[in-house]
Amino acid sequence: MSAVQEVATEAPAIDAVPKKAMTLGYGSSLVMLALLIAAPLFVKNFIIFQMTMLLVYGLAVLALNILTGGSGQFSLGQSAFFAVGAYTSAILMEHFNVNYALTLPVAGVICFAFGFLFGQPALRLSGVYLALATFALATAMPQLLKLGVFEHWTGGVQGLVVTKPDAPFGLPVSQDMWLYYFTLAITVAIYIFSVNLLKSRSGRAFMAIRDNEIAASAMGIDVALYKTLAFGVSASITGVAGGLGAIAVQFVAPDSYTITLSISLFLGMVVGGVGWLPGSIVGSAFIIFVPNIAEGISKGLSGAVFGVLLFLVIFLVPHGARQVAMVAQQLVGKIKKN
Amino acid sequence: MLSKQRRIAAFSTAVIAFVASFGSATAQKKYDPGATDTEIKIGNIMPYSGPASGYGVIGKTEEAYFRKINAEGGINGRTIKFISYDDGYSPPKAVEQARKLVENDEVLLIFNPLGTPSNSAIQKYMNVKKVPQLFVATGAAKWSDPKDFPWTMGWQPSYQNEARIYAKYLLKERSDGKIGVLYQNDDFGKDYLKGLKEGLGAKASMILAAESYETSEPTIDNHIVKLKATGADVFLDVATPKFAAQAIKKLVELEWKPLHILTNVSASVGGVIKPAGFENAQGILSAAYAKDGADTQWDNDPGMRKFIAFLEKYYPEGNKLDASVVYGYGVAQTMAKVLEMCGDDLTRENVMKQAANLKDFTPDTLLPGVKIDTGAADYAPIEQLQMMRFKGEKWDLFGDIISGEVSN
Repeated sequence: MSAVQEVATEAPAIDAVPKKAMTLGYGSSLVMLALLIAAPLFVKNFIIFQMTMLLVYGLAVLALNILTGGSGQFSLGQSAFFAVGAYTSAILMEHFNVNYALTLPVAGVICFAFGFLFGQPALRLSGVYLALATFALATAMPQLLKLGVFEHWTGGVQGLVVTKPDAPFGLPVSQDMWLYYFTLAITVAIYIFSVNLLKSRSGRAFMAIRDNEIAASAMGIDVALYKTLAFGVSASITGVAGGLGAIAVQFVAPDSYTITLSISLFLGMVVGGVGWLPGSIVGSAFIIFVPNIAEGISKGLSGAVFGVLLFLVIFLVPHGARQVAMVAQQLVGKIKKN
Repeated sequence: MLSKQRRIAAFSTAVIAFVASFGSATAQKKYDPGATDTEIKIGNIMPYSGPASGYGVIGKTEEAYFRKINAEGGINGRTIKFISYDDGYSPPKAVEQARKLVENDEVLLIFNPLGTPSNSAIQKYMNVKKVPQLFVATGAAKWSDPKDFPWTMGWQPSYQNEARIYAKYLLKERSDGKIGVLYQNDDFGKDYLKGLKEGLGAKASMILAAESYETSEPTIDNHIVKLKATGADVFLDVATPKFAAQAIKKLVELEWKPLHILTNVSASVGGVIKPAGFENAQGILSAAYAKDGADTQWDNDPGMRKFIAFLEKYYPEGNKLDASVVYGYGVAQTMAKVLEMCGDDLTRENVMKQAANLKDFTPDTLLPGVKIDTGAADYAPIEQLQMMRFKGEKWDLFGDIISGEVSN
């Protein structure tokens, strides 16, 4: 609850058009993009793979950010949408020989429908109750995927192995590097779409609902429609992320998409800063790399070390990466003035 | 004259031998990434965190075993660097860690990664990269497939294999039996059912009913009531420890007294039988391939004494009653044996060749008579088990060592 409340209480300080609050300036965005484009040229394939996963989880965190940071609804069910996207891509690729790039829009559409439909009953719930309903979805999903009825398609508990695509047109780059740039292109496209969505009429409607539902409906916003729409968009982006993840990991299995994944994504959102879209990538980095760091410190107590690190982050910078970015911006501003 | 000739002959033989050995030594010293004159790097992936973290002790036991090897001078003069990462039992994380081991740490091979989902996730990668995925810690049957996956090998007897042994026993002792099966609805349960059907062959109709349960169910009572109602007189209990203990108790409650067969997975005295009550478990059958640390009959066994001495010196916090510790010791010993057999040819290809060339190898913790045998077409190291019956407060082994190999 507190995260949303804080966003809500902070809201008046934000511009009417919340461009700056939601995004980075053009300059910083371009620097960031240049870094993401250049980095793989200097590192090993394994690091490129990790960076691909960084973008994939970044997308999933972004999707949750639109839902929670944008429309103020909670979800612990993101792993279910992620799983549906991943399985859609995997099944289309392996059973129907569909090109990997074409499976992603399908995954997006199916997840949009799934999210939109799930948003309907979720309308009656808010806050922690909504979190619990989505939690149920996340715990049910791995078992649904194991069901005998679907086993022919899903491969049951054994999962499905996915073939990794080669670079097209005989480009002289490795599979990992090609997949990274492919993921990067999609991530940038979705990021631009998301920023524009939140700046648009619909985005303002999301935020009006987040800040005060009654006031929003009094202003003529169709609360039910926009709430389910937010669920649909979020699920859709998560589904695309899931599909990309399946292609990068080359394997889908029910055990890959447990509630732990949902909680990790939630964690990533909080660490990155609720409602601040560029923070998604920081949050994603946190959930990928910090467990590795924790393991490096102590193998037996990796969970405890991770907990301590997380506690430090929440305690020192409760608004996550957004807070750090704002402090940095103020410092730069001061230096410029002097 | 004769002696001089002899001396010359001896000398020239010595020279030839020296040259030959020198020549062969330089010719044989071949290395792939991860191996040098002084060190062999091997990777490992374990669920130190997450739902299966109980198995993490296997990795710790292995780490301790390689520490022992290094303290004793290493293998052919090379120390072992054992790099073990946590995947939290999550397949995507296992892929990340496997890639880290192969591409970043540049290990010679990945040894004993745990879990069927995690191993499925990395199998294709390992085979494309041609890096050995050796002695995987799972009982699924699919790891013995040298034709499609020549770089992957299992270690323990597969679930199907064990089920075939029960089928052999039933065909011999209870050929008129009516079998009721309770199985967990996942790969583990289904592999057993498949093995049982294969083992019974033409007499698969002996299986009267097969009930599956989900791990999410709080109790399996209703399934047992159903199985009892079918009139079965043999009960094959393919359940993980928690449910196995429930089943043992429920049978007594229902006063149903079939021939109860419990899988090796749930044969732990401390983890299953004791919580279910010794008095309720008398006469239950199961099968084993390793010695039980809790069993007093091994107190004077030389192999187990070596194992206990190892625990005292290198892994004092290890519990000898924990089957995972016994397991880790045995599998690490097999790994060391393979590396020893590789000599100075430490290429990935030779590692697989030697792993597929184990003949009658017996780690200290396996039951007497159970041997590790592999071949170019046989990637299933342990295929034998011995039946056992619960009596008093421990398992009594009986009968011969039985092989579950498919005889065709």
